[in-house]
Amino acid sequence: MERKAIFSAKVGLLFLAPALVFVAIFLLYPFVRVFMLSFTNQTLLGTTAPNPDWVGLDNYQRLFDFDRWMRLGEFGSALKITAQFVAGSALIGQVGLGLLIAWAFYRKKGVLRETVYTLVILAWIIPETVVAFTWVAFLDWEFGTLNAILGTLGLGRPDWLFKHPLESIILFNSWRGAAFSMLLFSSALETIPPSYIETAEVAGANAWQKFRDIFFPLLRGHILTDLILITLWTFNVFTPYLLTGGGPIKKTELVSIYTYRTAFQGQHEFGKGGAIAVVMMLINFSLAIVYLSMIRRRKA
Amino acid sequence: MSQITLDNVVKRFGSVVAVDHVSLTIAEGEFVALLGPSGCGKTTTLRLIAGLEIADEGRITIGDRDVTYLAPAARDVAMVFQDYALYPHMTILDNIGYPLKVRGVSTPERTARVTEVARELQIGDLLARRPSQLSGGQQQRASVARAVVHQAVAFLFDEPLSNLDAQLRLEARAFLKHLQNELGATSVYVTHDQAEAMALADRIVVMRLGKIMQVGAPLEVYRNPANTFVASFIGSPPMNLLSGKVLLGQGQFVLDDGETVIDMGQVYQRLERPPQDGQAITLGIRPEHITIHTEPRPFAIPGALYVVQPMGGETLVNVRVGSKLVTVRLFQDEPPALPEKVWLEPALEWSFVYGADGARLQ
Repeated sequence: MERKAIFSAKVGLLFLAPALVFVAIFLLYPFVRVFMLSFTNQTLLGTTAPNPDWVGLDNYQRLFDFDRWMRLGEFGSALKITAQFVAGSALIGQVGLGLLIAWAFYRKKGVLRETVYTLVILAWIIPETVVAFTWVAFLDWEFGTLNAILGTLGLGRPDWLFKHPLESIILFNSWRGAAFSMLLFSSALETIPPSYIETAEVAGANAWQKFRDIFFPLLRGHILTDLILITLWTFNVFTPYLLTGGGPIKKTELVSIYTYRTAFQGQHEFGKGGAIAVVMMLINFSLAIVYLSMIRRRKA
Repeated sequence: MSQITLDNVVKRFGSVVAVDHVSLTIAEGEFVALLGPSGCGKTTTLRLIAGLEIADEGRITIGDRDVTYLAPAARDVAMVFQDYALYPHMTILDNIGYPLKVRGVSTPERTARVTEVARELQIGDLLARRPSQLSGGQQQRASVARAVVHQAVAFLFDEPLSNLDAQLRLEARAFLKHLQNELGATSVYVTHDQAEAMALADRIVVMRLGKIMQVGAPLEVYRNPANTFVASFIGSPPMNLLSGKVLLGQGQFVLDDGETVIDMGQVYQRLERPPQDGQAITLGIRPEHITIHTEPRPFAIPGALYVVQPMGGETLVNVRVGSKLVTVRLFQDEPPALPEKVWLEPALEWSFVYGADGARLQ
């Protein structure tokens, strides 16, 4: 049967118009503005505030100054820390943990499942500043809950935020965001017919074989979607600033924090901040393209 | 191949007793059908044998091993599911070979064995395809192939034909019976279709509400239904069941409507435990064991012609007796010309009398 549109493309466009206007004003315009900004030396204060100069690729050259860019507090270092942060808290932490929890409670009911799910989701829906403050309190060297427990058990009292800052924010962000992956995988698992797993069980498959041969291949699409989304979100996340402020000595300065420090602190270098934003945007953009092409290949 | 025994097995789901003290021995090489309506516990019984459920009470043995608390993998059985459970992300070759793969059989040997089994089941040229590219019947064969590819000690079938359309089902039924004759494997087959159970099984286990109602060879269960449930469940169209009261002195049976009186002296005499006077009983007569007369006869039930249904090779005649419709099955293709008022004469040796509790008075 031939499908007929219930109204013409023109009418369709009319319905789309409000959204398009919104996108243009709040997404496209700022993007173009930032892009233009990245080629100037505009600052918040001083002579370059009202009359910025066109500096060409100067800002980009400063970002990619390979003599010093891996030093703490420089762009390369921020990228490296971000990569570690993403690998630790997005890939292993959120996707891995989320999958593990969802898998552990596959087709199980009861108080334990409900408790775990509630706690994980709570960690996800509490406002960021509250969560961050809770974690500062949890990890504090002198009065923190964690050290109180460890100290009582005689396991020492490490200064988490000072000695292990990156590990701390990775742990924090894994805890914070595992709920999304858990919910996604949990509902994906629900779509697998029980007979698939039972067939494997009767055939003699052990837990690992069941995961490798049945769960994983059937969840691959969901895992891919989740990986890309979580990577994008984690890449741009700013909350760790509330725990460590990017320190100590810029050891936890993620790209997002680096951007903030460059554009909105110190010299308030809008131009350079714009350049970082453009580079970040390109990285996000390529991630999204990888994601979309993978989805398309799966459908083909 | 092994014998399977269930000894007083109980399985509860919350307050529901799904399997209620079931004891059953399935001989080596025997094909047993668990038959009953949905919710009768037949599938749960099968899943208990497979190890997908663990019994709350009782023992299950396969061969000489007590498997009551063993995991499915350790029981060495093969199972065919109603939805076939073929993995969409694997080829048919990988699907059939999966039980061998998890058992660590090398790829060349696996391929060889799968190819051989697939050829025998006439799906040899489909091995490179995915399940979605197969028809329902082919998928069903592939799932059977996966069950037979490794030499399991017993085969468990969970309504394997109910997802097929009527015509394909008959074909697959014949194919399964042929396969069973070839393999001679101990098999347990769950179905709600009495025709399927009759056609396939060496023995039928009729279940209801978690309990076994009757166990026997198909013809035995058909010829001697132990209770009204089995009587109404086995046979198509089902047995006619007329309930009423005994008038022993006159050798009569009065139907529930209080008007229709049947002369049953001869039937009462044949019973080892004759009913009491005034006892409520049920008279069971199969549609194929009734002769229609146009004149009154002794031991003939008077009734009014309702409809005549030509079925091709046979004809079904429905007659209203009291408030009940009685079905008569005539093995003739030509529908008979019948008057409004008819008398139904049941074959004496095929008239069953059941007590108020549904059990047969024998």
